[in-house]
Amino acid sequence: MKNAFKRIFGTGLGQLTIPIISILLLVVFNLIRDPSFFSIGIMHNNDGNIVLAGNLISIINGASELAVLAMGMTLVTAACGGQDISVGAAAAIAGSAFVKVLKSAPAINGGIVVLAFFSACLVAVIFASFNGTLVAVFKIQPMIATLILYTCGRSIAYWINGGATPTVSSPIITGIGSFIPGIPVPTPVIIVLVMAVLFKLLFHFTSLELFTQSVGINGSAARLNGINSTFIKLLSFIILGVCVAVAGCIGVSRLGLINHETLLLDVEMDAILAVAIGGNNLGGGKFKIGGSILGAYVIQMLTITLYAMKVSSTDVKAYKAIVIILLVVIGSPVVKAKFGKFMGNVMKKNKKVPVKGAE
Amino acid sequence: MKKFGALLLVGVLAFSCLLGGCGAKTGGKSSGTIKVGVVNNPPSESGYREANVKDMEAVFSAENGYDLKTAYSLKNDEQLQAAQGFITEGVDYLLISAAETTGWDEVLKKAQEAGIKVYLFDRMIDVDENLYEAAVVSDMAKEGETAVNWLLSQNLAEYNVIHIQGAMGSDAQIGRTGALDEQFAAGTMNKVVQQTATWDEAEAKKIVESVINSGEDFNVIYAENDGMAKGAVAALDEAGITHGVDGQVIVMGFDCNKWALRELLAGAWNYDGQCSPFQAQIISDLIKGNTTASSKKIINEEKGFDAKTITQSDIDTYGLGE
Repeated sequence: MKNAFKRIFGTGLGQLTIPIISILLLVVFNLIRDPSFFSIGIMHNNDGNIVLAGNLISIINGASELAVLAMGMTLVTAACGGQDISVGAAAAIAGSAFVKVLKSAPAINGGIVVLAFFSACLVAVIFASFNGTLVAVFKIQPMIATLILYTCGRSIAYWINGGATPTVSSPIITGIGSFIPGIPVPTPVIIVLVMAVLFKLLFHFTSLELFTQSVGINGSAARLNGINSTFIKLLSFIILGVCVAVAGCIGVSRLGLINHETLLLDVEMDAILAVAIGGNNLGGGKFKIGGSILGAYVIQMLTITLYAMKVSSTDVKAYKAIVIILLVVIGSPVVKAKFGKFMGNVMKKNKKVPVKGAE
Repeated sequence: MKKFGALLLVGVLAFSCLLGGCGAKTGGKSSGTIKVGVVNNPPSESGYREANVKDMEAVFSAENGYDLKTAYSLKNDEQLQAAQGFITEGVDYLLISAAETTGWDEVLKKAQEAGIKVYLFDRMIDVDENLYEAAVVSDMAKEGETAVNWLLSQNLAEYNVIHIQGAMGSDAQIGRTGALDEQFAAGTMNKVVQQTATWDEAEAKKIVESVINSGEDFNVIYAENDGMAKGAVAALDEAGITHGVDGQVIVMGFDCNKWALRELLAGAWNYDGQCSPFQAQIISDLIKGNTTASSKKIINEEKGFDAKTITQSDIDTYGLGE
């Protein structure tokens, strides 16, 4: 117990401490405010399926796209020391491609949906490679390189749509965006889980995690050690591209509608924030994907809490900003180091009197 | 010496501009067709704009005796330049849907001097009335009133309304919110929640979800556009709440997209308010003298569709998009 305590506080706050503490704070705050906030109900939806419902489900479900994007964003951040600000626009493009393929088919069946998803992936990966090439090969700062797609992405999505807001309706799409008959958990939540497992497997069976970290910490040193840092950076963007396609397809499937202007609007900022709240260094290097996923849930929990408190949605962003400033400041290296030192002193004092030689 | 060089350069530039201007002017009015210059927002702006642009192209066609020139931009300064270009080119009529309400005095005065008649459509501009012939616009406040009057005519025992607003400060939001706010203030309807989803479908869904989770009663969803209504309905579907004709919750939207009107026809929604992008015919009638404007501001007649009375031909005639 004491060792665990020391591990968390002794050397400054651990990476996952901030997101975990903020989730706990939000949980406690909500329980005090309204004990029934986290109650989960079982009900029948309009398709006659038994489904779970409640704020907790809304939070986990609503954060799905953000969580998927945050995973990819973490990798790009770690490898390149910068962020991709075009993920929202790219998701709109991927979503448009998804709908385009679905609409060009005479009837929507499972095979078509898979084909549409792979087309969305392909399109997203092409655009991601464009970003990746600018960053990895031409050494342009990620934020500048991705600014291009950020600016023009939604126009490209418009061209693909050829109209304002095409709609698709099919039980399969509803199944992806909300519930599969017989499974009471929202499908997007399951998709997030699958993505997380895929990342885990990727890191388990390849050295990608180690390589990404070494490229992020010192690209030249990594190159001297035989790691192709250009390739690693490009790869991180391509993986983000797949995440973007997944997020775009979830977003489209939720409502069976693609609106290129509003699909995942401003999500890039939330995704970067999720990475930051997750305790990852935005300058690259060491990273934990789990932290970013927790970060995504923190952001969504904050939003849902504010909605539940009926804070006017014009004010929501301001309140969100205040909480986030606090989180980021607490998570900053300066505060972490100060806090670590303080805890160290406390432990030393404690140690002197009761237990000698225990450590 | 450097200074002299710079001056010379400026002089040459100014001279060439003058020449260019004159050159364009001489090629002005000649043939029998009516030359119309349209300054508009790009069709990519929205489904509304797309229909608007198509309507303009259809009405001011060569068959109808028009020579149509168009310029699309979301930026006021680019629009001003385009208008300037049309004046120099010597069009007969200038039709404007401005990106911003200010900054148009100078250009409109020039148009007047050149004898070009100006019509405004869709959006008003902050200028003296004498500078334009007429403005054909939507009355967003009236759209809200029509919708709220329809809602009152449903004679519900009580009105517990979830009000999902558009981007705060936009014309459509202010107009469509106004009438409902009056009802809230008068106490005839209860405000369960009033939140902006900034036209975002997914955000609208979250707002309705949070109300459902809080367990509060509601029987009306008033969404200020079709997309947000669709988001709201998705939340209802997941929670097993019935909606539409004979449902527990009345669903109202705006804009009359074709897909939304089809929801009405299927009875899944109850009401959709029109925001008509079809101003071209009215302006064409004015230009050709078929009708005369009774006042400077012509309100484009707008409908509200009820799920119980809507027909397929309504969808074909008034629906936007595909």
